[in-house]
Amino acid sequence: MSPAPNWLKPVPGGLWCEPGGFFVDPTRAVDRAVITHGHADHARAGHGHVLATAQTLAIMEDRYGERAGDNRQAARYGEAVRIGDVTVTLRPAGHVLGSAQAVLEHKGERIVVSGDYKRRRDPTCPAFEPVNCDLFITEATFALPVFRHPDDREEIARLLHTRTVFPERALLVGAYTLGKAQRILCLLREAGYDRPIYTHGSLDAINATYRRFGIDFGDLRPVLETDKADMAGEIVIAPPSTLADRWSRRLPDPVPCFASGWMRVRARARQRAVEVPLVISDHADWDELNRTLDDVGAPHVWVTHGAEEALIHAAMQRGFDARALRLQGYEDDAE
Amino acid sequence: MKAFAELLDALSFQPGRNGKLALLTTYLAETPDPDRGWALAALTGELSLRQAKPALVRGLVMERVDETLFALSYEYVGDLAETVALIWPERPGANRVPSVAEVIEQAETTGKSALPALLAGWFDAMTATQRWATIKLMTGALRVGVSARLAKTALAQWAGREADEIEEVWHAVAAPYSDLFAWLEGKGERPDPAHSAAFRPVMLAHALDEDDLERLDPADFRAEWKWDGIRVQVVGESGRLRLYSRTGEEIGAAFPDLLDGPAIEATLDGELLVVREGLVAPFADLQKRLNRKTVTAKLAGSHPAHIRLYDLLVEGGQDLRALPFDTRRGRLEAWHAAHGHPRMDLSPMVPFESWEELAAIRAGATGEAVEGVMLKRGDSAYVPGRPKGPWFKWKFDPHLVDAVLMYAQRGHGKRSSFFSDYTFGVWRDEELVPVGKAYFGFTDEELKQLDAWVRKHAVERFGPVTAVERKLVLEVAFEGLQRSPRHKSGIAMRFPRISRIRWDKPAIEADRIAALEDLLEG
Ligand SMILES: [Zn+2]
Ligand SMILES: [Zn+2]
Repeated sequence: MSPAPNWLKPVPGGLWCEPGGFFVDPTRAVDRAVITHGHADHARAGHGHVLATAQTLAIMEDRYGERAGDNRQAARYGEAVRIGDVTVTLRPAGHVLGSAQAVLEHKGERIVVSGDYKRRRDPTCPAFEPVNCDLFITEATFALPVFRHPDDREEIARLLHTRTVFPERALLVGAYTLGKAQRILCLLREAGYDRPIYTHGSLDAINATYRRFGIDFGDLRPVLETDKADMAGEIVIAPPSTLADRWSRRLPDPVPCFASGWMRVRARARQRAVEVPLVISDHADWDELNRTLDDVGAPHVWVTHGAEEALIHAAMQRGFDARALRLQGYEDDAE
Repeated sequence: MKAFAELLDALSFQPGRNGKLALLTTYLAETPDPDRGWALAALTGELSLRQAKPALVRGLVMERVDETLFALSYEYVGDLAETVALIWPERPGANRVPSVAEVIEQAETTGKSALPALLAGWFDAMTATQRWATIKLMTGALRVGVSARLAKTALAQWAGREADEIEEVWHAVAAPYSDLFAWLEGKGERPDPAHSAAFRPVMLAHALDEDDLERLDPADFRAEWKWDGIRVQVVGESGRLRLYSRTGEEIGAAFPDLLDGPAIEATLDGELLVVREGLVAPFADLQKRLNRKTVTAKLAGSHPAHIRLYDLLVEGGQDLRALPFDTRRGRLEAWHAAHGHPRMDLSPMVPFESWEELAAIRAGATGEAVEGVMLKRGDSAYVPGRPKGPWFKWKFDPHLVDAVLMYAQRGHGKRSSFFSDYTFGVWRDEELVPVGKAYFGFTDEELKQLDAWVRKHAVERFGPVTAVERKLVLEVAFEGLQRSPRHKSGIAMRFPRISRIRWDKPAIEADRIAALEDLLEG
């Protein structure tokens, strides 16, 4: 086995690419950053130069305004961009709108920083594209064999069935504001649900960005403007924090539902007093993580944020040179 | 299994009684026979397969999964059945998902040696939730917070009837209850409970609020001891004799020593006890006889079962339930004098003139296993359920203290993987002093939560004992205090048990030792 490329290094602050003079997803403000996707732990404020997809840049502008980066450069999926001695190409990661893997090439070697990714179909973003490489850097959020996400259509069907069980109650679906919420909106529409869907105000800006990039959600309405009594049997999408919040009191006896890969484990659902756990995740599950290692064929694998131990064990057994990248600053819980 | 697994899953996350009823009635309305009947049998505890032991399921999964990965997963999930259900490598298309009826039928007819292959075949085709539900069904422990009574209430609600109408016919029907469903859907005759030694729904008492006594006239009431056993009903009809728990579950098979006596033609209400030489044994002795399918002659000899009679509901085919208590009591005494059964005696009446006198008698009760005093209006009819007014139970009240969890220790047997013995303390100045140790009072669910909490907040280990962060407040109920020089706190508690976990209460607000010392003096 050839040695692992040595020009990308884990340092305090993130992954540092020396010949390119840039960081990938740095955890503090830097001069030059390549950003894989818009989640706040990957896309931070205050960088000098930012390279990302147009969608990711738009998400950063929504969140940070002026502080989204002094010089922002948009790259299309598949477009090669030269930074220093390195060629950077963004490829779809299938995680959320605009999410990308950063494919880095230097002196005949190729490194793929996959960011967060999944292998399932997602109506809001193009599917993950496996790229052959020498070193593959993978997330490990759900890297235990107990995490096998079910078919999301079944989960949506269960949510809709809950409406028939509790016609007097509103269904309050906790979903992360960027990505999960919009995917659920699309899945509900695909399942033929054509009633208005009610949303929490904190989703408005991101929903507008998604719309701008061609994602249609049908009839969405703000919760604020509707009488409590009229909300019986309606579906409300809101950030997870609202499940335990006073905000939910404006809904008639809401059924707490939570869409997250963590809901696969009963204790996690109980912790949050969820009545309807929906196992819907934007991260790769155990089978997807392992299949992806085969698909990209990299002899060297670095594993970051999540349950590294199990994935490294499984990868080593299959002949990969796998090691844990102990990067600080990424939330393995945020899903 | 798809609909049933989703029902169990949803029930397990549903905290409210009304929510559970809505889930159950929806299931009954949407599911065809015979699956809903088998599901009802499982939920009412009429059916318990107990075919597979958790060890069997573990063995099956270890043949399929890497040991290290299983260990890491089990560590994370914390529950064996759930870990197996989640980690099982699915083989879509390898088999099809069986119906509830098929699972039950095949589980009952498959021999021990063929059982693993049968289970594995099902698991290959199932989703994680279906595997989880199947393991629950096969190991005989549903534990989704649904009592038999609640399941029957749901059935009644779905059919637009009273729960007691279901109870009246319940012992004339058997799983999967096609005739019962046919009647409830207006497609068949009412199942006939006559001549089937049927169970009559039990009358229960409200807890007495001592402030109520001022409004009640002692002359209207009769008093008797509330014995610390389990409430039962004996039904003798046409030569058949049956023993029911207060929820209508038949438990006679475990008590041949009671049912082997002379034939009787009566329905009697009483308390099941273990009695040796005329003295009632502690509840723990009775517990040895409960939850068994059969009993050995040895156990029946060392723990003789006995019924202390409270009431007579039916005599010689005549329903007495509408008569006043005083009349029924007279009939009971006469019946007992005429047909005395060697294993039954009368619960004596406790005569009193005033509430003060009764309170003094109650306070003086010691020794034998009594939980308190029952008050029954002399003119009360026997009404199923818990009517407000005619009957009261005046229990001894436990003392309560808010204490802080200090140490935990693993339990024994079934509980050996759980931290289930808890030492707790109260504040003396700035430090916590241990005042007792409790290992019951919590539900299985709370045990899991406590166990998880202990693992997360362990700070130090001394052999089998784990010290935890001083953060969690437990409300502890106990019967009394004694001075004890052996304890650092100087006091020892009688019968402490965890009555509530106060997740909400900061440790600093737990009780101080002075609160307990006050009780010692008083
Ligand atoms: Zn992300
Ligand atoms: Zn991430």
